[in-house]
Amino acid sequence: MSRLTIQTPDRAQLVVEGLYKDVENRIAASPPGLCPIDMSLSFLRLCHAQTCGKCVPCRVGLGQLASLVEDVLEGRAELSHIELIEETAKAIMSAADCAIGYEAANMVLKGVTGFREDYVEHITNGRCIASVNLPVPCVSLCPAKVDIPGYIALVKEGRYADAIRLIRKDNPFPTTCAHICEHPCEARCRRNMKDTSINIRGLKKMAADHAGVVPAPKCAESTGKQVAIIGGGPGGLSAAYYLQLMGHQVTVYEMQPRLGGMLMYGIPNYRLPKDRLQEDIDAILSTGVKVVHGKRIGTDLAIEDLQKQYDAVLVTIGANTDKKLGIEGEDAEGVISAVQMLRNVGYGVPMDYAGKKVCVIGGGNVAMDAVRTSIRLGAEKTSIVYRRRQADMTALPAEIEGAIAEGAELLGLKAPLRIETDENNKVTGLWVQPQMISKISRGRASVKATTEPEVRLDADIIIVAIGQNIESEPFAKFGLPVERGVIKADSTTAFKGMPGVFAGGDCATGPSTVIRAIAAGKVSAANIDEYLGFNHKISCDVEIPPANLDDRPPCGRVELPEREASERKCDFEGVEGCMTCEEAVQEASKCLRCDHFGYGIFKGGRETIW
Amino acid sequence: MVNLTIDHKQVSVPEGTTIMDAAKQIGIPIPKLCFLKDINEIGACRVCVVELVGKRRLIVACNNVVEEGMEILTNSPKVRESRRKTVEFLLSQHDFRCATCVRSQNCTLQEIANNLGILDIPYKQEFHKKPWSQDFPLIRDSSKCIKCMRCVQICDKVQSLNIWDVANTGSRTDVDVSLNRKIEDADCALCGQCITHCPVGALRERDDTDKAFAAFADPDKVTVVQIAPAVRAAWGESLGLERDEATIEKLVTAVRKMGADYVFDTVFSADLTIMEEGTEFLQRLQNGELDRYPMFTSCCPGWIRFIKSQYPELVPQLSTAKSPQQMFGATTKTYFAQKLGIDPEKIFCISIMPCTAKKGESNMELYHEEFAGKDVDLVLTTREIDRMIKRDYIDAKHLEEGVFDNPMKEGTGAGVIFGATGGVMEAALRSAYYLVTGENPDADAFRDVRGLDGWKEATFNIAGNEINVAVVHGLGNTRKLIKAIKKGKVHYQFVEVMACPGGCVGGGGQPIHEGEELAGVRGENLYFLDREKYDLRFSHENQDVLKAYEEYFGEPNAHKAHMLLHTDHDAWEMPQAPVRR
Repeated sequence: MSRLTIQTPDRAQLVVEGLYKDVENRIAASPPGLCPIDMSLSFLRLCHAQTCGKCVPCRVGLGQLASLVEDVLEGRAELSHIELIEETAKAIMSAADCAIGYEAANMVLKGVTGFREDYVEHITNGRCIASVNLPVPCVSLCPAKVDIPGYIALVKEGRYADAIRLIRKDNPFPTTCAHICEHPCEARCRRNMKDTSINIRGLKKMAADHAGVVPAPKCAESTGKQVAIIGGGPGGLSAAYYLQLMGHQVTVYEMQPRLGGMLMYGIPNYRLPKDRLQEDIDAILSTGVKVVHGKRIGTDLAIEDLQKQYDAVLVTIGANTDKKLGIEGEDAEGVISAVQMLRNVGYGVPMDYAGKKVCVIGGGNVAMDAVRTSIRLGAEKTSIVYRRRQADMTALPAEIEGAIAEGAELLGLKAPLRIETDENNKVTGLWVQPQMISKISRGRASVKATTEPEVRLDADIIIVAIGQNIESEPFAKFGLPVERGVIKADSTTAFKGMPGVFAGGDCATGPSTVIRAIAAGKVSAANIDEYLGFNHKISCDVEIPPANLDDRPPCGRVELPEREASERKCDFEGVEGCMTCEEAVQEASKCLRCDHFGYGIFKGGRETIW
Repeated sequence: MVNLTIDHKQVSVPEGTTIMDAAKQIGIPIPKLCFLKDINEIGACRVCVVELVGKRRLIVACNNVVEEGMEILTNSPKVRESRRKTVEFLLSQHDFRCATCVRSQNCTLQEIANNLGILDIPYKQEFHKKPWSQDFPLIRDSSKCIKCMRCVQICDKVQSLNIWDVANTGSRTDVDVSLNRKIEDADCALCGQCITHCPVGALRERDDTDKAFAAFADPDKVTVVQIAPAVRAAWGESLGLERDEATIEKLVTAVRKMGADYVFDTVFSADLTIMEEGTEFLQRLQNGELDRYPMFTSCCPGWIRFIKSQYPELVPQLSTAKSPQQMFGATTKTYFAQKLGIDPEKIFCISIMPCTAKKGESNMELYHEEFAGKDVDLVLTTREIDRMIKRDYIDAKHLEEGVFDNPMKEGTGAGVIFGATGGVMEAALRSAYYLVTGENPDADAFRDVRGLDGWKEATFNIAGNEINVAVVHGLGNTRKLIKAIKKGKVHYQFVEVMACPGGCVGGGGQPIHEGEELAGVRGENLYFLDREKYDLRFSHENQDVLKAYEEYFGEPNAHKAHMLLHTDHDAWEMPQAPVRR
């Protein structure tokens, strides 16, 4: 008789494990706009199927809860039902023995509070507030609503210039975004239901790298209207581009010697080569944008004057001052903000970190830029000091991995305490307090100090990358609403009671992504045009290839090649390469063409004009 | 050209041709259900699936285009199985008690299910009948809807009113009034285009046939029936009559057989409308009221609902003339009642119309001396009168030609063409020319406004005055025209609008033919009648109309005419267009 056996999963279990993975992927690819109650009920049923059956609240209660929710969906409920659902869920939460039960009830409870109006609508009118109005997941998640299936199909056919033309209908920074877009479009790609999302940014890069110079479309007849744009970053330049196409004369006021804002002075060359950025800027300028450099609002220029001189004024100043840590020693020599440091590189200020030990404080993309730039400036040792864990960092995973590959050390769970200096007020070290990860609140794990002793990190240079502020003071004085430094424009980028003044991009949202700034530029261009009394339409006459009818078997995702870490960290040249033609065709062929198959061909599939 | 084979047969078609069209060219019909050419090519029903040899999944033929070297099979075992299962799925959620369905024998789903030889369904039957106002002229039965989305598309793309939308998601996905409104609260024009494009019985007009039979049977009621111009071009279609067989005179006989006391032709009041509207037009033109915006015709109740809900600020530009239907009712209850010497209360006015919006329009009130009621008491669509003919087992094939009654007997070719797009304009111009110059123009002088172009315009010279006119049909075209007018891009003095594509002949109350748009041929029929059948082609020569003025109304636009034949468009409320983002 053997006393023990080695456990191996049986075949059914293996298949179910696979199905769990499928469900996970499927949920990841959930389209927006589904009935939240129907979803809740489906989740609840799944939860109920997980019940072991031992305890009453879970075994019976979850079933009863499901039938109550179903009553709501089937029009068999009265308003008092909502309370009954709440009471039932609370009872299960309190009485269930394990998480299978109480967490299931909690999901329902979250829904009853989170989308109560949906419950009420279902009960009173037998209908749902939700509707699938953006059926193409990538397009619906792109803030600028770029026609992604369209340009992917064009890339597949090798029509790169047409792809660029199509992208420019909604985004005049195709090359820039090909390099550094955070690609929210990929998050819910329906391809996730099969394997993984399409490498959308990679395909855009294929277009951008192979299209050559693509001339901008012709501008509409001049309207004689003049628009001032304060700030020549991605938001301002996007608005400028579309306003020029609509026939208005734009003048961009830019403090810095070169246009591009954070793209020029924030994002390092190795991620976005400046000559490539310049390609986008040149195309934008080719529409006839006038540019005035070196004028600062509040000191060299009064907003009131611009308002008098121009028919409309758009504020797109971005967020480009640094946030302070507020700890002892922050004014020491050797402490620099990431914004300043990256800008210095952009200016071409000679900086040599050879033999230096660098600590970068922060966990966002800017921190990664600072650390990887420090490596390229010759730093002997670079550390990323972050209060939370790597998993909690807001930087893109690829950026973190890139930094680590180039030799950066990641010190998680370390909260900066004070900066140590020598008698000349030069940085010698950074004292940090070890932290432990703690409770999750609002979806994010918090940290608390441990009782461990403070730790000293050797440092010659400390780069602070904990966020940026907005120079909104002159605009507040002018009378724009400003809250915590952010200029509060409405969702149309306009202001109540302030006709002709608009604001968008980082200065109106706080620091965000380039594609959001571009989207704000697009929105403000449309609304400025409207304000000026016109209804110019932006469209693109590129014909999009019909969807291919091939089967689409599961297939791996093509990633963009990167230069070897040991080589690339020695210079500021671009890190990322491009797909081969063969790879691009394969990747593009995988696109499920949600514009053609599914709801997209019926409604919301393609906006050819805005 | 692209070369491919379909069912092993070579075919060569231009690039961009759909598989369905390519197959049709070589005589291979592919069954389809949701498909509506140019309007709904969304592959929702999956009935038109075909096999692309070498590929695992089937594709739909309606919206996929041919590729070089394709091999298509339209009846492979996989296609057969899939198509049948799909139809079984549809039937599992469709109330197919066909015996009590208004669309039985004219139902695309029924036809396909029969053709596919489906004798039993292995699935559970589940259909939901949601509440719907049974008083509203447009009725939707959710238990029959197959979510083909045609109604949504026709309303969005052709009529630009977006009344229908997909409601709910997941398994509860349905079609319903958009923006979670109830139909009574929506800015629906009641054009009925959703009905005539519904492949099943999910949408229909409110059935008033019982009320009509009850009225005919009531000895205390004097039933007076009027038949609209466009009805004559279509009523025989669903009764198996050829177009030249289905004369209006036979319909007169049929209606008399049912028990109508008097039968008249709305052409009479179309002529009357021209007298009123034409006179009004010339007055407003002379008064300078049309310098900025034109006068719009007011015959079409779908259009009235549209302008009231979408552009209420332009309502003052509408002609105040009642529509021919309402004028006829008013004339019947005053002039005719007086002639008969009976109390107008006893008269029950029934109209047979190609239109669903007329059911709404008939709510309009009429006050005259002691009488307080309505111009028209009941409106039947062409489809309803056809159903009544069937119900009474009247043999349409062997009906005798009847005659209309006196004293509103005469009609002119000008009144007949009211039923086609451009007809009201042409009729009005024929008489306006006479009113200005004192002589008749060539009856075909204004033919430029005929035809199926969505937005027609013409300039005519009447006694040295240039008159710019426009004619639109379909509310999408109408919206484009109004936008252009408001922006000052176009300028007209007189505009005719008909809500339905092709005008009343394409009306939402006309017989339904899957996949066919018959407004064109029906319209031709009316122009043929104008040209060949009527001696008189000018409304102002209608002797019975002239007599009615002489004996009763006085002059066009005179006090009595104004009180009875004109209306206040602000007298009733229309739900306003919602603010859409």
